[in-house]
Amino acid sequence: MKSRTLAAPYLVWMALFTIVPLAIVAYFAFTDSQTGEFTLKNISNLGNYMPILIKSIWLALISSVICLIIGYPVAYYIAGCKETTQRFLYMLVMLPMCISFLLRTLAWVALTEDTGIINNLITALGMEPLPLIRNNGAVVLGMVYNYLPYMIMPLYSVIMKIDKRLIEAAEDLGCNGANVFKRVILPLSVPGVISGFTMVFVPAVSTFYISQKLGSSGTTLIGDVIESQFKTAYNPNLGAALSLILMVMIFICIGVMNRFSDDEEVITV
Amino acid sequence: MKRLLAFALCLVLVLTAVPVQASAEPVTINVYNWGQYISDGTDGYIDVNKAFTEATGIKVNYMTFDSNETMYTKLKTGGSTYDVIIPSDYMVARLIAEDMLLELDFSNIPNYKLVDEAYKNTAFDPDNKYTVPYTWGTVGLIYNKKYVDEADLGSWDLLWNTKYSGKILMFDNPRDAFAISELLLGIDINTEDPDELRSAAYKLIEQKPLVQSYVMDQIYDKMEREEAWIAPYYAGDYLQMVQENENLSFFFPKEGFNLFIDAMCIPKSCQNKAAAEAYINFLCGAEVSGENLDYLGYSTPISAAKEFMDPDTVASDIAYPSSETLANGSAFSFLDEQTNQLMDSLWLEVKTQGSVDTYAIVCMGVVTAGLALYFIIHGIRKKKRIANRCKKWKTE
Repeated sequence: MKSRTLAAPYLVWMALFTIVPLAIVAYFAFTDSQTGEFTLKNISNLGNYMPILIKSIWLALISSVICLIIGYPVAYYIAGCKETTQRFLYMLVMLPMCISFLLRTLAWVALTEDTGIINNLITALGMEPLPLIRNNGAVVLGMVYNYLPYMIMPLYSVIMKIDKRLIEAAEDLGCNGANVFKRVILPLSVPGVISGFTMVFVPAVSTFYISQKLGSSGTTLIGDVIESQFKTAYNPNLGAALSLILMVMIFICIGVMNRFSDDEEVITV
Repeated sequence: MKRLLAFALCLVLVLTAVPVQASAEPVTINVYNWGQYISDGTDGYIDVNKAFTEATGIKVNYMTFDSNETMYTKLKTGGSTYDVIIPSDYMVARLIAEDMLLELDFSNIPNYKLVDEAYKNTAFDPDNKYTVPYTWGTVGLIYNKKYVDEADLGSWDLLWNTKYSGKILMFDNPRDAFAISELLLGIDINTEDPDELRSAAYKLIEQKPLVQSYVMDQIYDKMEREEAWIAPYYAGDYLQMVQENENLSFFFPKEGFNLFIDAMCIPKSCQNKAAAEAYINFLCGAEVSGENLDYLGYSTPISAAKEFMDPDTVASDIAYPSSETLANGSAFSFLDEQTNQLMDSLWLEVKTQGSVDTYAIVCMGVVTAGLALYFIIHGIRKKKRIANRCKKWKTE
């Protein structure tokens, strides 16, 4: 009973700022922008934006996988350090997040532009400038850079909490290093992998700023389309419909990811 | 408990502080204008808003937008109140048609008499009820002399020149972008014909692979640092840019160009009409208009203001083109709701075109199929394992 009363403020908050807005999004998605009548027109537009949606998911997926590949060893390393070093390294991971995300993306623009810092250096050395910006790679770079801490943090906290005695036990029973990692540490860190993956994937798939600054005129992502509907085109109905579709897609992706953790539970039985 | 008490006290303090502050505060007006569109005291020029507060005691809360469409959306969505807005001609006409503006009380705007007759009774406000012109100007092509061949100049088709692929910028608003494509195709820039609009959109899609990005005020940065070499933009902004990078140059394309007037008006959400009119009146003063527009590079609709401007600016044939040049310009007029909607959706088509990435689609397909296969095999195995285990238990 007591826990319920303590949770009440959050429940009210959630109702006001999550449920009600979602209902409004759904309302806009299914009404006509002119007459306000019920319509499926906005949702049926999905076909036109499907390639963009798929591209957004694809780029976000690549970014999440790269974040995982980079982030896992980092988290593993940090978790294995002395406690003081751990705290210091963890702070270093967090440090970039103290600076505005927009500013950090703009900094990448200044670095990678044709007349940017890197290319100026390259041309000063007498080489041809590289096409560093305005392609898919630059967008993925921006996503990985911005969201990497979201991957490392959950991984670190999960790996750190793995019971050292389990590892010792595995070693005592004659398991070699690679197998300890594969059969003990990796399965136990799956929850961290899943939450890290989700925390990178969800903001990456709906981003618009990164693709606008680092992408080309051809790397329009679903977030850009949604933003334009609210910012300039004044068609909140289409924007809401696309947001709703994006949300469903994200839920499906998260659902698929969670299947992995369900499996792990079965294995440990 | 102590903490709770402190919290409650804080709350009381905050709650009581707000109304007290509000009543003591002087009048504040919310002004919503284009970005980089007022003299703000840099380089020794006048700080218009500060001068206004000093002269009248009215505070100015100054906000900016980057296109007429952004401003329109903000007004339409509601939730924010503005006292003075400064959109362009065609947007003014749309706002009037949708009954979103208040009629001005010209007895509060005595400086209106200074405005040249040529800028009164305009097409967008034929009865002079809602607007006072702020500036007028033209759209032309800005290019970098260092990189762009002189032989390629003269026409809007410079923006379609494959030689400069990746170095071309384009307007990030439908009306200005469509106008360029329409001028090049020889279509009236105020056309409401869906087929003509579609062909203009195809022309823009054709241009898209060459475009570095669709931008508005970012153009300053990109052109000044030579990240891009060619961009269509407002002549007044070119005059500001050329001060930063003298390699930049400008021309009026032979197919014609857009001639615009940006006008001050008061939206229905206005909270303090008299103060808003005082602001409009202040900006119309000969001295203020002269010094303000001297900095902006845009052209003043008030001839008396030229006295207070740099003679070089007044003599400039970019800020004040000859009447022959001006004859080639045409103004935007009001488009009906349907046309606006069509233009918006065609514009979205232009912007999203080319994002179709077969590679990404194929890869996503492979990933999805792979995942499905994994789960199916895993599921079968799991069932088998459980079945085996059950069998074992039974036999035991």
